[in-house]
Amino acid sequence: MPVRSYIEAVTLALHEEMQRDDKIFILGEDVGVRGGVFRATTGLYEKFGEARVIDTPLTESAIAGVGIGAAMYGMRPVAEMQFADFILPAVNQIVSEAAKIRYRSNNDWTVPITIRAPYGGGVHGALYHSQSIEAIFASQPGLKIVMPSTPYDVKGLLKAAIRSDDPVLFFEHKRAYRLIKGEVPDEDYTVPIGKAEVKREGEDVTVMTYGLAVHFALQAAEKLAEEGISAHILDLRTVYPLDKEAIIEAAAKTGKVLLVTEDNKEGGIIGEVAAIIAEHCFFDLDAPIQRLAGPDIPAMPYAPPLEKFFMINPEKVEHAMRELAEF
Amino acid sequence: MTEENILMPKLGESVTEGTISRWLVSVGDTVKKYDPIAEVTTDKVNSEVPTSYAGQITALIADEGDTLEVGAVICTIEVEGSEQADGDAPKPVVAEKQQVPNNTQSANQSMKKRYSPAVLRLAQENDIDLEHVEGTGKGGRITRKDMQKLIAEGAQSPQVKAAVPEPTGPQAQSAAPSEPAFAMPSSQGDVEVPITGVRRAIATNMLKSVQEAPHAWTMVEVDVTDLVSFRNKIKGDFKAKEGFNLTFLPFFIKATVEALREFPRMNSMWAGDKIIEKKDINISIAVATDEALYVPVIKHADELSIKGIGRSVNHLAQKVRSNQLSTDDMQGGTFTVNNTGSFGSVLSQPIINHPQAAILSVESIVKRPVIMEGGMIAARDIVNLCLSLDHRILDGLIAGRFLARVKEKLEHMSAKTTSIY
Repeated sequence: MPVRSYIEAVTLALHEEMQRDDKIFILGEDVGVRGGVFRATTGLYEKFGEARVIDTPLTESAIAGVGIGAAMYGMRPVAEMQFADFILPAVNQIVSEAAKIRYRSNNDWTVPITIRAPYGGGVHGALYHSQSIEAIFASQPGLKIVMPSTPYDVKGLLKAAIRSDDPVLFFEHKRAYRLIKGEVPDEDYTVPIGKAEVKREGEDVTVMTYGLAVHFALQAAEKLAEEGISAHILDLRTVYPLDKEAIIEAAAKTGKVLLVTEDNKEGGIIGEVAAIIAEHCFFDLDAPIQRLAGPDIPAMPYAPPLEKFFMINPEKVEHAMRELAEF
Repeated sequence: MTEENILMPKLGESVTEGTISRWLVSVGDTVKKYDPIAEVTTDKVNSEVPTSYAGQITALIADEGDTLEVGAVICTIEVEGSEQADGDAPKPVVAEKQQVPNNTQSANQSMKKRYSPAVLRLAQENDIDLEHVEGTGKGGRITRKDMQKLIAEGAQSPQVKAAVPEPTGPQAQSAAPSEPAFAMPSSQGDVEVPITGVRRAIATNMLKSVQEAPHAWTMVEVDVTDLVSFRNKIKGDFKAKEGFNLTFLPFFIKATVEALREFPRMNSMWAGDKIIEKKDINISIAVATDEALYVPVIKHADELSIKGIGRSVNHLAQKVRSNQLSTDDMQGGTFTVNNTGSFGSVLSQPIINHPQAAILSVESIVKRPVIMEGGMIAARDIVNLCLSLDHRILDGLIAGRFLARVKEKLEHMSAKTTSIY
């Protein structure tokens, strides 16, 4: 099976889907001639032409709004926000329109749009190129938020997102783009949205996380295994709506739960995960639910020591896991 | 010049902390290696802490009276030359550092009784008494895995679930009296007496006192000849006037109460990390019935006359016999006087009425030949006063002085010196 990088899996999924269905088109800033600032859409303009790979003005509200309108007319747009940090001007379109059309029209209208955006820090991107913004959308029924961790999941989930009849926010960790490599089959396959996956089986502590932090947890688990601490790792994959069943099962497995995100600690996805566990797993819990997250400060700093302080890394995850295992 | 830390040493197995009782050095003092720098008290020993370095004391981190964990920094010292630090000097300190985590792991049982929901559920479902489970978690906490392991082992050998290890150490104490049954064979003709609530309460309290408080015991002989003749002279009139008997007990309580005021440490309680000297002097008195023993309380006994004490004793005894004691009558005691003499006993070793500091038993007053001053032998009225004390709170010195004071007061009780009103 060919080994591909995280970003190659994005390009591959887009390529295969556009070949499969000519209603699918891409729009965003520099996605066409330039092939995207991260090269996620590289080669697609040449292959599918300017009508299906559209360079837009620097107007996120328009990218989302045009995409939503086209989706309602039966197209399958894949909109790209150059950085997730810049999605905020489009929030009104996404939350007030895309998320609510199906409900508002009593199922007459749907918005089958996929909005891709690179998020996350650790790349010296400073304030406006490092943020995690998933929590902003995680209280909006009608939306789905997908945040894959592996190239395999990227391809399968992006295809599932494009084929979904409802709006999907597809957040890709920009540091994972070329850092994370994995086997990605050439065959057509999808990974179901809304399903978490156990990435490692273990007995002592359960770690639940998503995106790049999954790899930090896996690395930490590898080290801790040498000390005889066995970790159970659940990759949430879809952070909204959450896979409650999988969360409950993974929490009950060890009774000691560590939740990890690189987003700010307060008000994030993992707070909701903690609530689900508290509601359903009280009699299985053997330790207080622990959260490892970014500090509650406005954004990722630029200064390298401060960025390091803000970012989650394998050492921090390992430390938190060991603490919990020893509790 | 490097600055080194001097740590609280480990002064014995299972010792986890020590109290700086006295500093032997001040900031700026120059010390030689192995010079004593502080006196440290632990629950096992008192000892002097030597310095592992030669140099000048730069800071005393702990104050006198501070209790610190083993391995905590107590002071810093500026060491002359770095070769000292590389030499043999730091070795003991390094060794101590390595011991610390192990020691706190095994000795720290602070989390032993913090049960997680998972552990409680497994204990309930599998009928496991958590008192007897060894915890491998932090601070001795019983983890869910400990329970799962225990249950898995129990499934292999059926008796594990029921097998209750022998109660060891203080943790086991509260479990012992409520243990369902001992396999004690009874043969034909034996009478099995069911345990009443009162009996069980007595059993629990006695066991708790004996297991928790290290008892020490001491006794004095008191010559109460003058007191006896004083009391015998007035008892007839007293009965006629007041309507109840004037016994010796109120005199003994009076003398005790007065001495307690002079020795407040006798009127105190052990509270784990401190001793509480009680403001009120409330005397518990032991009143026996055929089935049980009650210890009702004379509140504010120091504010009562001998007659007042006599009336309270009489009143409480009647209440006990007519089964009318209220909970309030039983509460608030700070010291116990036990009238064992009423059974004819001349010597007893009472168990402290938990959580009080001590208990005094007044034995029978008996005629004894006594060699008086000047060598004459006389028939005197002698009584033994026996004192059990909680050795955590009290040492022999205070107890001895207290008893001597009680003795002195009693020996000077006579018609001339004492008013019963």
